[in-house]
Amino acid sequence: MDIPLLWGIITLLLTVAFVILVIWAWSGKPKKGFEEAANLPFADEAEQRNDETRPENKETKP
Amino acid sequence: MDAQPTYNDTVVRQFTIMTVVWGIVGMLVGVIIAAQMIWPALNFETAWLTFGRLRPLHTNAVIFAFGGSVLFAASYYIVQRTCQAPLFGGPLIAFTFWGWQLVIVLAAITLPLGLTSSKEYAELEWPIDILITLVWVSYAIVFFGTIVKRRQKHIYVANWFFGAYIITIAVLHIGNSAALPVSMTKSYSAYPGAIDAMVQWWYGHNAVGFFLTAAFLGIMYYVIPKQAGRPVFSYRLSVVHFWALVSIYMWAGPHHLLYTSLPNWTQSIGMVFSLILLAPSWGGMINGIMTLSGAWHKLRTDPVLRFLIVSLSFYGMSTFEGPMMSVKTVNALSHYTDWTIGHVHSGALGWVGLITIGTVYALLPRLFGKPQMYSNKLVEVHFWMATIGVVLYIASMWIAGIMQGLMWRAVNDDGTLTYSFVQSLEAMYPFYTVRLLGGVLYLSGMFVMAYNVWKTVAGVKPSPVPVPQAA
Repeated sequence: MDIPLLWGIITLLLTVAFVILVIWAWSGKPKKGFEEAANLPFADEAEQRNDETRPENKETKP
Repeated sequence: MDAQPTYNDTVVRQFTIMTVVWGIVGMLVGVIIAAQMIWPALNFETAWLTFGRLRPLHTNAVIFAFGGSVLFAASYYIVQRTCQAPLFGGPLIAFTFWGWQLVIVLAAITLPLGLTSSKEYAELEWPIDILITLVWVSYAIVFFGTIVKRRQKHIYVANWFFGAYIITIAVLHIGNSAALPVSMTKSYSAYPGAIDAMVQWWYGHNAVGFFLTAAFLGIMYYVIPKQAGRPVFSYRLSVVHFWALVSIYMWAGPHHLLYTSLPNWTQSIGMVFSLILLAPSWGGMINGIMTLSGAWHKLRTDPVLRFLIVSLSFYGMSTFEGPMMSVKTVNALSHYTDWTIGHVHSGALGWVGLITIGTVYALLPRLFGKPQMYSNKLVEVHFWMATIGVVLYIASMWIAGIMQGLMWRAVNDDGTLTYSFVQSLEAMYPFYTVRLLGGVLYLSGMFVMAYNVWKTVAGVKPSPVPVPQAA
């Protein structure tokens, strides 16, 4: 197989992989996991003792 | 569990403080060389004060000392908080701090001495390169070890960006630094001619792409939601943003070598990938800015948040400018002019600088158990000094660069050049002066920050923060 053809196939595969990624991300299947992950920055706040700078932070918890 | 484990914040505090210190050092050198462009006598006829030796000192200090320190600090802070696990690695943790500081000090000694491999952003000679490798491998062990130990199911998107940056920088550094040593202070690159140039810009561009972009996006994905008190605008967009950015960035390096002896098809690939790069860059920018959607009023009251959001605006500007400048016809005008310097500083001062400053202001009170910085007023003062400084800097360099490009290419009817090089240089004086003014303003802001930081942390004995148990 010559190199340009190989490059073409790789480009095609990567494009397909990207399209699948986008479809997966918007399919709704990973929605719950995404929501949990998106709230990880606030995971430490309930227990924080010396770090309560912004009381409104607490409202963002689901 | 017997004794409740605590987060390892000592190393985070150390790196955060050193961010401010190295920021001042690196920007001070930048201001000195900017002044040398106007008054060449400022090198005092001393070899180690010449532009050629101070310039790599400036770039290494601001990228790897200032930027590097905040990346270590933020990644260590964020990976612990989002994984709810203390740092892994025991003595390796302290080694990453002291090892990295030693690298910086060695750079500050060897570069003015003229010891250099002459590869841009990778000037340090081979013994220091080996030390960097050791520190970086330790960093990877600490970071990924902490991820493995996590007590949360998910790996937060910020950690994906940090992980990609740590792995990629390891590969880039080892690949580009491959050299044949002939003495302790001299080595020759392992690559010949045009291949060496391509390897160098594969490294150089991805140092920008992963060190100065992906890693700082990792910071952005944590600090903006945290400071705004709301989760990121769209988590699924952040997932797509991550994969698109890391897979496209890698191929854009050849745009640094347009119209050189690099094969033409390679140049075209570099240009095309640079243009595609606009999409993930702006996707990420929109994701960060829209996190404030519905809470825009916070920008009015929180100067820290303003640093973070304005940094993203500069990120959007420079990631639009970059693809534009990689178009061959635009590059024919812009390359080797001060437009490039303006572009770099729009990214460096605007994006990296402002988000770094915002991150220090956001993390420092948390790290020292304070509700906020000593003076929010001074944060606000710093914000305006920094923003006006950047604008003066990049606007003057745009004009200077385009003027240079036009003067260099102007030809008379008989085919001779209209302007000599010195004429184009003379035309630069006003713009170099405005640039110096912008730089001085930005540097002065860093002194305001240093005072504010000092007043916030002086005399404070921070108590260890326990890792929450049983999630």
